[in-house]
Amino acid sequence: MLGWELPPHNSGGLGVACYHLSKALALKGVAIDFVVPYEAEHEGIDFMNIHAATPLSPIHKNGMGAYDSAFTLQTEKEGKVAPSDLKDIRGVQRRYTTYVEQLVKKEKYDAIHAHDWLTMEAGMRAKELTDLPLIVHVHATEFDRAGGNSGNPIVHEIEYQGLMMADRIVAVSSITRQIIIDKYGIPADKVEVLYNAIDVTSFDDGYDYDRRTYKYLEGLKQEGYTIISAVTRFTIQKGLAHLVRAVAKASHKYDRIALLLAGDGEQRDELIALAADLGISDKVFFTGFVRGKQWRDAYSVSDVFVLSSVSEPFGLTALEAAHHDNALIITNSSGVGEVLNSIFRYDFWDENRLADQIVGIATSPALKESLRKNVQNEYARLSWHDVAETCLNVYKRPRLEVYA
Amino acid sequence: MSKRGITLYLHVHQPYRVREYSVFDASVDHNYFVDPDPISGANNQFILEKVADKSYRPMNALLEKMLHAHPEFKVSLSITGTFIDQVEQWAPDVLDSFKRLVATGRVEIVAETYHHSLAFFFSRDEFERQVEMHRQKIRELFGVETQVFRNTELAYNDSLAQWADDYGFKGILAEGWDPILDWRTPNFVYQPEGTKNIGLLLKNYRLSDDLAFRFSNQSWQEWPLTADKYTQWVEASIQDQPLINLFMDYETFGEHQWEDTGIFTFFEEFIGRWVSDPNNTFYTVSEAIDANKPAGVISMPSTVTWADSERDLTAWLGNSMQHEAMRYVYSMENDILRTNDATLISDWRRLQTSDHAYYMCTKWFTDGDVHAYFSPYSSPYDAFLYYINAIRDVRWRLHENHNTGGLSG
Repeated sequence: MLGWELPPHNSGGLGVACYHLSKALALKGVAIDFVVPYEAEHEGIDFMNIHAATPLSPIHKNGMGAYDSAFTLQTEKEGKVAPSDLKDIRGVQRRYTTYVEQLVKKEKYDAIHAHDWLTMEAGMRAKELTDLPLIVHVHATEFDRAGGNSGNPIVHEIEYQGLMMADRIVAVSSITRQIIIDKYGIPADKVEVLYNAIDVTSFDDGYDYDRRTYKYLEGLKQEGYTIISAVTRFTIQKGLAHLVRAVAKASHKYDRIALLLAGDGEQRDELIALAADLGISDKVFFTGFVRGKQWRDAYSVSDVFVLSSVSEPFGLTALEAAHHDNALIITNSSGVGEVLNSIFRYDFWDENRLADQIVGIATSPALKESLRKNVQNEYARLSWHDVAETCLNVYKRPRLEVYA
Repeated sequence: MSKRGITLYLHVHQPYRVREYSVFDASVDHNYFVDPDPISGANNQFILEKVADKSYRPMNALLEKMLHAHPEFKVSLSITGTFIDQVEQWAPDVLDSFKRLVATGRVEIVAETYHHSLAFFFSRDEFERQVEMHRQKIRELFGVETQVFRNTELAYNDSLAQWADDYGFKGILAEGWDPILDWRTPNFVYQPEGTKNIGLLLKNYRLSDDLAFRFSNQSWQEWPLTADKYTQWVEASIQDQPLINLFMDYETFGEHQWEDTGIFTFFEEFIGRWVSDPNNTFYTVSEAIDANKPAGVISMPSTVTWADSERDLTAWLGNSMQHEAMRYVYSMENDILRTNDATLISDWRRLQTSDHAYYMCTKWFTDGDVHAYFSPYSSPYDAFLYYINAIRDVRWRLHENHNTGGLSG
């Protein structure tokens, strides 16, 4: 399996999805060699072999291309100057590919499973060398990362090559599947949907919500405020400016509303300025990047979670928020909406509708409780066990028959 | 001995659906019921015109034809006030065709609340006002007095029957639900518990639902249902009993079951087949009660409706959103009525129509069985949101124009 990150060295959902999928597959008897582009300890991962393709340290900053296409590395292993060929992401990818070439020559495998554009070149090379079936798993395309534009042409080209060369393609939602078909011209029967899931047991670690973490917000709640939240990277893809404007519109109708923006990213300053321009700075709370307890407490303090993305292949955070008892509002361009019913939906640009939904929830206890309660019956139905089962079926029939 | 009769009763109704009414409309735009989108599922005129073409016009023509062809044929109709208001505005020819039917003297109009509301469960005064409004409207339009009562969604219990008895109705309609009937059949007239002069007609739900729900279902083992087969079933059910009560939505004919399912042809053939036996006839609801002494007393302490496998009110009052919405609308009663503002009162009453609460039902939605969910909105939460925004605007009008009520309910 060719991946780019695994917890705890991940900066987003890609690593989480790879971890849970691999674990569920391993439980079904699949032996996995998982290649990452850095060297680090992965405590608690004993169900597969992890291979480090480079001696680099895990890099959190910008996810090294998993979530945007910045080509320059930001961090290097402490005290060491990185070899010159590892200065940018293309260099890391070349090293990664070389490592995979040697690995597949040495070991015997049944299939190559590559995640996103980052590892597609390595996947294609492995297929060339061994004629093994190549399964390409699409968690996000360059169209998603670029917020609907075609994005970086090199990345786009790698994706196109990888998708063409793949024997089977799995996409994390119907939205993503459709992008692969429409924007990359891939035959529809080669692509199927493999939704992500949520492992609720991974949240049973003795966590208790600590009201002191966001004490001011708890104070507002005592005064009848409803806390709206987004837990995400602050990039154009996430549609946060629309969310901030919608909250401003909503607070003109009902003022006991506060917005918690948990995360960080290139849009942070712009969002702070926007909140000020709209005169709601006192209602918008920026936490910076949150991990661990602070991260979970952000979900816990929140009443309503908004996934405001312009283009979101899946959106695991929505399931995490549901697990922490939030009512959900999700854009129509987010894949996770395909697996949930008891939610509000809106078009990412439709600030009035989002504001209307926020006011509705903030002013009606019955509406808020119904949304919170009913989504509980839905998110937990999605299990990695079932995802792995579907994935196994893809492995078992890796090559589609071609009829002349 | 009197003849064996079918009591065919059809319920005619259209609600005023609330458009996608947002919080930014509330206190600004007081139009809740006219959707600017000409082909939206919440555009009441669009829906009415569509159903008029598919159902009201062809079915009324067929009923007229049956009345001419078969002197024994009779039918009873309940026609809601909200439906009448809509056809008066958008399809007056449909109203005229109903008038022609009633003028034959063999079509009886059944009484109900004007606004197809659940007022009986929230305000007895408002309930009676709506019943009276409906009687008055029927008198004006058709020149007849209603004598038999049906409550919205056939929601029935003993105290409703006692109310109808005291009010002077000679009959009342309810669901013939097995757990209530036990070993008894719905094919007799009964006397409701605690009443003196009123007869109870119970829906034969198996035979009714064969038409209303199953007729076009191709995975039903009895599909396709022919007039021959259905006549045999009716014969098997009635045997030496006096009545078969077939109660269903009027829109079964042409809207729930489209013309291409053969429903109209089936209906015509079945009517002809039934009356070809000289022992058989049709009754209006009043005639069925006049012709038959009650076979026993039936008690329904808890409310029974004609909906779902549960036959209760949970489709309308099963979740907290529905309760909240109904509580808000009925809590304004006194303030609203005191205004004497006819437009405001009318808008408030149109918001009482039970369909609004039905659109907020979540019991199928959470199971993912969204196909069971018949609604102009994409979710029950949307339905609630638009409705509550409209309620807010009603409050605002009370507050702003009449200095009564508070904006926060």
